[in-house]
Amino acid sequence: MRQLSFILQSRKPVPVQLIAEDLVIERGGRVVIDGLSVAVSEGETLVLSGANGAGKTTLLRAIAGYVRPAAGTIRLDGGDSELTISEQAHVVGHANAVKSSMTVFENAAFWSEYLSGHASDTEQIERALRHFGLEDLVEFPAAYLSAGQRRRLGLARLLLAPRPLWLLDEPTVSLDIASSDRLVAAVNHHTSGGGLAIIATHVPLALERVRTLTIAPRRMAA
Amino acid sequence: MTSFWALVRRDLRLAVREGGAIGTALGFFLVVVSMMPLGLGPDLNLLARIATGILWIALLLAALLSLNRIFEADYEDGTLDVLATGRLPLELVAAAKALAHWITTGIPLALLAPVLGILLNLDIRSYPILVATTLAGTPAVSFLGAIGAALTVKARRGGLLLALVVLPLYVPTLIFGISTVSATMGPSGMGAAFLILTAISLVAVVLGPIAAAAALRIQLQ
Repeated sequence: MRQLSFILQSRKPVPVQLIAEDLVIERGGRVVIDGLSVAVSEGETLVLSGANGAGKTTLLRAIAGYVRPAAGTIRLDGGDSELTISEQAHVVGHANAVKSSMTVFENAAFWSEYLSGHASDTEQIERALRHFGLEDLVEFPAAYLSAGQRRRLGLARLLLAPRPLWLLDEPTVSLDIASSDRLVAAVNHHTSGGGLAIIATHVPLALERVRTLTIAPRRMAA
Repeated sequence: MTSFWALVRRDLRLAVREGGAIGTALGFFLVVVSMMPLGLGPDLNLLARIATGILWIALLLAALLSLNRIFEADYEDGTLDVLATGRLPLELVAAAKALAHWITTGIPLALLAPVLGILLNLDIRSYPILVATTLAGTPAVSFLGAIGAALTVKARRGGLLLALVVLPLYVPTLIFGISTVSATMGPSGMGAAFLILTAISLVAVVLGPIAAAAALRIQLQ
């Protein structure tokens, strides 16, 4: 994991903690999350489990700032107070945010430049692509990637700009076992450096310092 | 600002590689304008009189065809979600995308307009004015269009809805774009109408992204 430590070493070690209190989230007029309080402390991974439709994605999107909670607060203690939570988080959702008409490298270079706000560092991009096993496809148009390769390119974004909070929504979909292991290694390295991760998944992953939160599906109110 | 220009450059690159949007808009503009003399008959005086109006209306309709691509592709492949987590405010994301749309669609349409003027027997003295007004007016087309594109990004087959939302916003640009060109032939000169046209574009450049960002925030929920 020497590559990874090199990628992430530039981050300042600030103790961060994500705290959600009395969270109520509605989707389409239905209360999906009711009165949830949860804290994720420095270096910890929170795995969200629960049946389909239980509200895992909704909770992640609320933390990412897309969905405004009906009640309750979400805050990131110890982060940069000038920035919102979403500006300090990597969000990997169901879609990969990969442009088919650009090459693998161009996709990564754009996200590196956009998310970090300064000119992209070619070596860092190559290290991130290498970590997810895409080094042979650098000049390859993303249109010809397989589903798993596209997903890996989407995940490579995590290593392109240092951000304390990782929000991953079913990140292992269409990944093979070796690629899942690479993802787990990246997450473990991220948390061992003081980062936080919240992962919604149905697959058991060999994550370290992990806690599981099971979200029970709510019955529709009669 | 690095993020802003990175986004503009990426959109330009995508527009050039994918090509479809520019080609459709330019082709539509060409077809509509070249059908006018066929429909109206070979009365050169009539054509010259209505040339500016036809060119402007066809230009607006052609631009309308390409508007939905401003946000739709990014919404579909999840890019918009990630763009929203950048340090760049959503207002500037909308501005960057509208700017890229203006460069890839507004400018080519503005440059094609005088060429198509030949088909309509447009007065030769009006050519420089026509280019100036279309260049000054098309930023409003892209930046006001971004509002409609953001509002209809989730709507399947939102093209018609987009036209209904956006076309009324184009009325001031259309009126002052045409009156600038016709004013140059009269005694009053082009000054006032051209300044108002430019002012409309400047207001659109400032307010369009703010409204578009507000619409995008709702769409991302």
